[in-house]
Amino acid sequence: MSAQTATGANVGIANSLTTGKLPRGSVWMVLLGSWVLMSIVFLLVKTATGAKDFNIVAAIFLGTVLFDVLIYVLSLLVEGVRKATDRLITSLVSTAFIVALLPLISLLYTVVANGLGRMIEPSFFSQSMRNVTDASGGVVHALYGTIEITLAATIISVPIGLLTSIYLVEYGRGWLARIITFLVDVMTGIPSIVAGLFAFSLFALITNNPGYRSGFGGAVALSVLMIPIVVRSSEEMLKLVPNELREASFALGVPKWLTVLKIVIPTALPGITTGVTLAIARVIGETAPLLIIAGTTASMNLNLFSDRMMSVPVFVYMQYAAQGADQNAFVSRAWAAALTLILIVMALNLIARLVARIFSPKLGR
Amino acid sequence: MTTEPPRVIKARVRPGDRVFSSATIIAGSLILAILAAVAIFLVVQSIPALVAPKGALPDSAPNFWVYVGPLVFGTVWAAAIALIIATPLAIGIALFISHYAPRRIASALGYIVDLLAAVPSVVFGLWGVTVLAPAVQPFYAWLNTNLGWIPIFGGTVSGTGRTILTVAIVLAVMILPIMTAVNREIFLQTPRLHEEAALALGATRWEMIRTAVLPFARPGIVSSAMLGLGRALGETLAVAIVLSPALVVNFFLLTSQNPNTIAANIANQFAEAAGLGVNALIASGLILFVITFAVNAIARFVVSRRKAFSGAN
Repeated sequence: MSAQTATGANVGIANSLTTGKLPRGSVWMVLLGSWVLMSIVFLLVKTATGAKDFNIVAAIFLGTVLFDVLIYVLSLLVEGVRKATDRLITSLVSTAFIVALLPLISLLYTVVANGLGRMIEPSFFSQSMRNVTDASGGVVHALYGTIEITLAATIISVPIGLLTSIYLVEYGRGWLARIITFLVDVMTGIPSIVAGLFAFSLFALITNNPGYRSGFGGAVALSVLMIPIVVRSSEEMLKLVPNELREASFALGVPKWLTVLKIVIPTALPGITTGVTLAIARVIGETAPLLIIAGTTASMNLNLFSDRMMSVPVFVYMQYAAQGADQNAFVSRAWAAALTLILIVMALNLIARLVARIFSPKLGR
Repeated sequence: MTTEPPRVIKARVRPGDRVFSSATIIAGSLILAILAAVAIFLVVQSIPALVAPKGALPDSAPNFWVYVGPLVFGTVWAAAIALIIATPLAIGIALFISHYAPRRIASALGYIVDLLAAVPSVVFGLWGVTVLAPAVQPFYAWLNTNLGWIPIFGGTVSGTGRTILTVAIVLAVMILPIMTAVNREIFLQTPRLHEEAALALGATRWEMIRTAVLPFARPGIVSSAMLGLGRALGETLAVAIVLSPALVVNFFLLTSQNPNTIAANIANQFAEAAGLGVNALIASGLILFVITFAVNAIARFVVSRRKAFSGAN
């Protein structure tokens, strides 16, 4: 009631707090207006030229750009140059975020739209590509290959990575620790295809076979990529373990190695598990090294140590790159396998985050 | 006066301790061994190509450097364009998440950007060639007609859109997550007092960011760019799928005659290569390894004062 009278009394007098400002909500109105305007323009263009589909991505993008310009001009007229620059940057920064979302949305939509129909066909997860000439065929051999290769890579890299991180956190002092830290960082940046070439060179020289291919070679290549990721994430997690726990353990006369094994690692275990899962998610989609060293095949091969072994990412690439007579069959298999791959990676990411959330120790209050 | 030297109390050496600490040292040294092995085995396999006689190399190159030259150019050129596209975007997104978005949804937004990193490169390649390339082709044609007098937009425009500019856009999208993550970390580390002081002096939000946040974050921005560059240089499958390559060195962005990159060339040629061809490909991989090693080492050097971020976490 009193508020009403206050406003009533101020009628005709400009409120000094809001003069020279754009009215509240005007930003959102301008944004919505720009989007609607651009959509109308695009619809008109569509009817005029007879284009077959409505380009919503371009409409939203150009609408956002239009908004950036409009809000700058409006604010310049009403609020002055400083405020206008501020608004311009705000809208540009938000535009950058929207621009980054567009490819993600477009990509996920494309993969689901093109891959889902083929993926839920029963043949896809029950057949390999052996002797397939029609539109059937599936990804089974590649799935087994991916699982075996990734598992082998995990078995190689987790002990090395974990022990290295223990060294860096619990023992490492001086030049060796510094060099290892630096090289782990640099190793993170090794191009995946170079890891594949390394594994190929290694096994080709050892076996003296210039055409060497095997799943195990792929596992070695993936380990080169995976070890630095495991080291870095485990190192972070071990550093988070409070020093009081170690000191309490030492004070009770527990040897250092038992302290690390029974106190430090169990405390950091959820974090380490998360890190390892994320590392697996990172390397499971690697195509280039497996293309080089594990090769391609249409048949099931469960022996890690001899002959070519297919994997899901390589399957995607080969279905696209080496299309046969019936192109549609190949392309739809490629999309279905791509969707499978994305689902695997997303599931691993989700598991990692769940582990981190549920099992992490509640330190402090 | 003589005093007794202080008595040193030595801890009892337990076998368990000794075994465990040696195991960790061995594991750590294995990292050195692996990196050394990568370099050594690549060099050993490269030597036949490096000393190859005239006429023995693929693409009828007189010597290895002539063979690898156009590939090095393509690699650096594509990665550089990708970096030019991605750097402002990454800074913008990181600022949006760290300083503009409401605090409660900021981490969720960060997770959405990280989702981009979860998409395998081969899927990016498929998307680039089936969705992006046809979508940008009309735009390329327009650029070529209207701005063709600018050298990089000249030449005969590609009919498929599978040009080096499309590759660079795909690469930019792929390196966005890592660059955004590093930038975001460092923007959040800006001392709160600096920001509040700027705001208290009457600065708008942008003025606060320009005077307090960006100067503080400059080394981080540089190192994020270097990390992104390292990723873009080594990216293989997306380039191999999207690009329509030729054996050329030119700066045209919109033609179908594009310089190939080292990694994509290896992926395309390796299955059919034999004999000296394999050695030549491995040698080109060695060159790629040296380039990315240098770029990453510089990035680490710039950021060595700030330990918290690396590509791995």
